[in-house]
Amino acid sequence: MTLLTLSRPSQRRDDPLAASGPEPHGRRRRRLRLGAALPLAALGFLIVLGGWYLTVELLALPRFRALPGPTEVAAEWFAPDPSYGTSVFTPVYYEHILASVRRVGIAFLAALVTGIPLGLALGWSTRVRQYAFPVFELIRPIPILAWVPLAILMFRSSEAPVVFLTYLAAFYATTLNTMLGVQSIDPNLVRAARCLGARPWTVVRTVVLPGALPYLFTGLQIAMGVAWFSLVAGEMIAGRLGLGYLINSSYTTTRYPTIVVAMITLGLVGFASSALIRLVGNRLMAYRARGTAS
Amino acid sequence: MTGGHLALTDVGKVYDSARGQVVAVADCSLEVRPGELHVLVGPSGCGKSTLLGAVAGFTDISSGSIEIDGALICGPGRPRAEPGADRVVVFQDSTLFPWRTVAENVAYGPEVQGRLARKAAHEAAREQLAAAGLSDVADRYPGELSSGLQRRVEILRALCNEPAVLLLDEPFRGMDALSRSSMHEALLEMYDRSGVTVLFITHDVEEAVFLGTHVSVMTTRPGRIKSTVEIDLDRPRSHDIVTGHRFRELVGAVSDEVRVEARRAFEAGEREMIR
Repeated sequence: MTLLTLSRPSQRRDDPLAASGPEPHGRRRRRLRLGAALPLAALGFLIVLGGWYLTVELLALPRFRALPGPTEVAAEWFAPDPSYGTSVFTPVYYEHILASVRRVGIAFLAALVTGIPLGLALGWSTRVRQYAFPVFELIRPIPILAWVPLAILMFRSSEAPVVFLTYLAAFYATTLNTMLGVQSIDPNLVRAARCLGARPWTVVRTVVLPGALPYLFTGLQIAMGVAWFSLVAGEMIAGRLGLGYLINSSYTTTRYPTIVVAMITLGLVGFASSALIRLVGNRLMAYRARGTAS
Repeated sequence: MTGGHLALTDVGKVYDSARGQVVAVADCSLEVRPGELHVLVGPSGCGKSTLLGAVAGFTDISSGSIEIDGALICGPGRPRAEPGADRVVVFQDSTLFPWRTVAENVAYGPEVQGRLARKAAHEAAREQLAAAGLSDVADRYPGELSSGLQRRVEILRALCNEPAVLLLDEPFRGMDALSRSSMHEALLEMYDRSGVTVLFITHDVEEAVFLGTHVSVMTTRPGRIKSTVEIDLDRPRSHDIVTGHRFRELVGAVSDEVRVEARRAFEAGEREMIR
């Protein structure tokens, strides 16, 4: 829930939606150390899985023994004939994944299409900022879950409210970081472009947008994270399909291993979606990986 | 290249500050003829950059007029100046677009103005880079270049825009002496090749005398042109001349004038602090 209780915009450093652009040098170094990092990462997984196994299955500590253990979850997940009905061999598993991915995809695209232009306008024009930013900043702290009743009232289907909630979360992060990205641009770059004969709209296309990209992509990473967060919240309340719905319905029908299967699946899908954004970002900002001299 | 006649007539600039109005520039007149490399020197805060910003169209002036080849840039009936492709500024810090390669940066002006199609602009940029001996870095990003190379690319980018006037705002400030002297030679080489009119701002007198066809000294605030010296050293110039008698003589003459203004600025600053 911490992601939804946002801090004030002035404390940019503490604001989870307002992270600064990634450091190119850091990324470079990380790639070089990948060989040494893989065994360490594997060790990290082992420790977590081992801890889970120990506490739940081997020692069966109080409070922990009620939970599904790793062997039970793995057996369920990869069973051709799962005891609780959902595994990698059942079509329903993929229907849930597809439903969630589709909702996040639609919401995320809608956030891109609306958030980037609004963020550009907010960052570029003082007047737009004076009109719109106070309203934006007052609506933004309202937790996504507080929108649930209105979302259900507004869209009388089971699908649209969930997509709306997901969109809303992604929209804030996209807009805010696009705005910060525009504001991070050296004003002399804009002046230079004007000197070289660019019309104001050309400046937006050739300087403001590419200049805002580092922040924008950080924003998209965050947007994707909060999108999955609100998706699951929405699906638990209003969905008829999807991984969040699977978790909630498995809980009410006491199919506990399925809960964990859905959780791990969420982790994997979320990771994949972030990696996709990173990939696109690195492709678009190739210059950041290559620039070494200052 | 023809044209490039820059005329500043009785230019004044008044700022509103917290302590009231500040007259940064007053009754400043300057004429730069086509093909001149005119250097403005003066103590810090004398309004050099204000003047350059006004010519570039970044700042409005309070009185007087600025014309290029008879066309009014700023003045009576045209209070708000606009930047235009006829005057390109090279700033103190790099303004190369970091997301464009060197060739893409050089092609930017002709491309966005629609003077050349994208492909033609890139070919022209490569030719220009080759002529300046910068072919090797055409496909590099600015972040991969040394600051000296970045400067050369930036000046080349400005020249490829074929401006009437090239405005240089202390472009070599903060560079070490060796890089500076090679930058001077690179700039003069590009200048001799293009014949563009240049307005160059610095507070380094030796730099001014070495580069300029003319050097104008500005007074301390309110800034005005105090005197203009024609630099009658041979062109093309190389760094051998800096030990020559005539060079030292000219540097001495200009330095004397600048020093008087610098002292006045210093004393004025002290008085302000006491008050």
